[in-house]
Amino acid sequence: MSKIITKNLNLWYGDFHALKNVNSSFALNKITAIIGPSGCGKSTLLRVFNRMNDLIEGVRIQGEVLIDEENIINSHVDLVTLRKKVGMVFQRPNPFPLSIYENIVFGEKIHGDGAGRDRLDEIVEQSLKSVLLWDDLRDKLDKPALRLSLEQKQRLCIARLIAVKPDVLLMDEPCSTLDPQATARIEELMRELKNNYTIIIVTHNMQQAARVSDDTGFMLLGELIEFGKTEDIFTKPKDKRTEDYITGRYG
Amino acid sequence: MERHVDHELKDLNKDILKMGVFAEEAIYKSIEALKNRDKEMAKSVVENDNNVDSLELAIDEKCIDLIARYQPMAKDLRFITTGMKINAELERIADIAVDIAQRTLELVDKPLLKPLIDIPKLTVIAQNMIKMAIDSFVNGDIGLAKKVLLSDPEADQLRNLIQKELIEDYMVKDGSTAPRAVQLLLIARFLERICDHTTNIAEDVIYMVQAEVIKHHPEKLKNGK
Repeated sequence: MSKIITKNLNLWYGDFHALKNVNSSFALNKITAIIGPSGCGKSTLLRVFNRMNDLIEGVRIQGEVLIDEENIINSHVDLVTLRKKVGMVFQRPNPFPLSIYENIVFGEKIHGDGAGRDRLDEIVEQSLKSVLLWDDLRDKLDKPALRLSLEQKQRLCIARLIAVKPDVLLMDEPCSTLDPQATARIEELMRELKNNYTIIIVTHNMQQAARVSDDTGFMLLGELIEFGKTEDIFTKPKDKRTEDYITGRYG
Repeated sequence: MERHVDHELKDLNKDILKMGVFAEEAIYKSIEALKNRDKEMAKSVVENDNNVDSLELAIDEKCIDLIARYQPMAKDLRFITTGMKINAELERIADIAVDIAQRTLELVDKPLLKPLIDIPKLTVIAQNMIKMAIDSFVNGDIGLAKKVLLSDPEADQLRNLIQKELIEDYMVKDGSTAPRAVQLLLIARFLERICDHTTNIAEDVIYMVQAEVIKHHPEKLKNGK
């Protein structure tokens, strides 16, 4: 079952045609990896899903992006609600310069309906448990989030998203600043999270895409060249351009 | 763009070619020893098996090393994993050549049962199949791999013919010929097994080149896919 579908999606940054007729389908509760060389449009595609590109001047989008069958490329879409439903984790973890507790309840305070302290405590505990940080941080909730390790900061950012109960988690190179052990733990966390969320990850790390994702899409020069089951893409890609890229013959 | 791994893959290709040459040579020598009743040549096949075993281990180690260091994908991955499987098939073929040499050592001191006609013919088929199978791997040539698969029925038929003749014309008519006839029966069976191993190689090559599994799906070959 598809959670997100794109139909004839085109995007321009001014005159630059960054996404060209992208037709794709992202499965519910699966991890989909988008791979491709720098500048191929993979992060642009990711940012379409929560309309982050709207923040860039001169962006023009054509086509449809259906999330739960609703076209989000529509001026009537409420962006705050969309970004609550479709959360994003960035390359460098970006906790707010607040306490751990305040980081997690930040979204609830914006989106929520004035939940009391007990409800906020519950959200903090559940969110931290879901990213496996609760045991480490339960006694340090009032400490500044900026003092956490890089991996803990990235987990905290994921917890901050989960606190507002999204459906989709977009991850743009979420492990690129982490060491191999921390990367392995975040990947393990992704596997846990996919039971409840649809995850789309953009990564330069082909081994990571192969390890962690169910489906993989390969992009080149704004086009989605090939999309399929991860095991097929990495063992028997159909398109020579995909094969050249994943075997290191291109780029 | 030439990648560093390309040099290593070329080396692996050369090593497997060498393994193929070893296997082919072992078959040739074991049958020449049988034809010429040459004990020394039969012994040399048995002794040379250590070299084949060493090369098999070295190739396996190289493949594991390549996987660990380069984490290959797609056709590189298929090439290396197919290389490992073909390596094992070639080692088995060389082992069978040793079996033939050992049967030969049993026979050389006994009177010749009959002139050898069909066994050398079967040997030529087996050698050609090995050669085609190895060439199909080294050059990624699917057409040649398919030729190997299409040659197998001929080997089966000839083996059946040899078996029929040895049983009906010798063992049934004169029980005293049985010890020698059984050795020849076994040799024919060994040669046919060698042909079966070459078909495994050919199936692996087809997977390596076009990522399609035809093993256990003979209809795919018949359909010309």
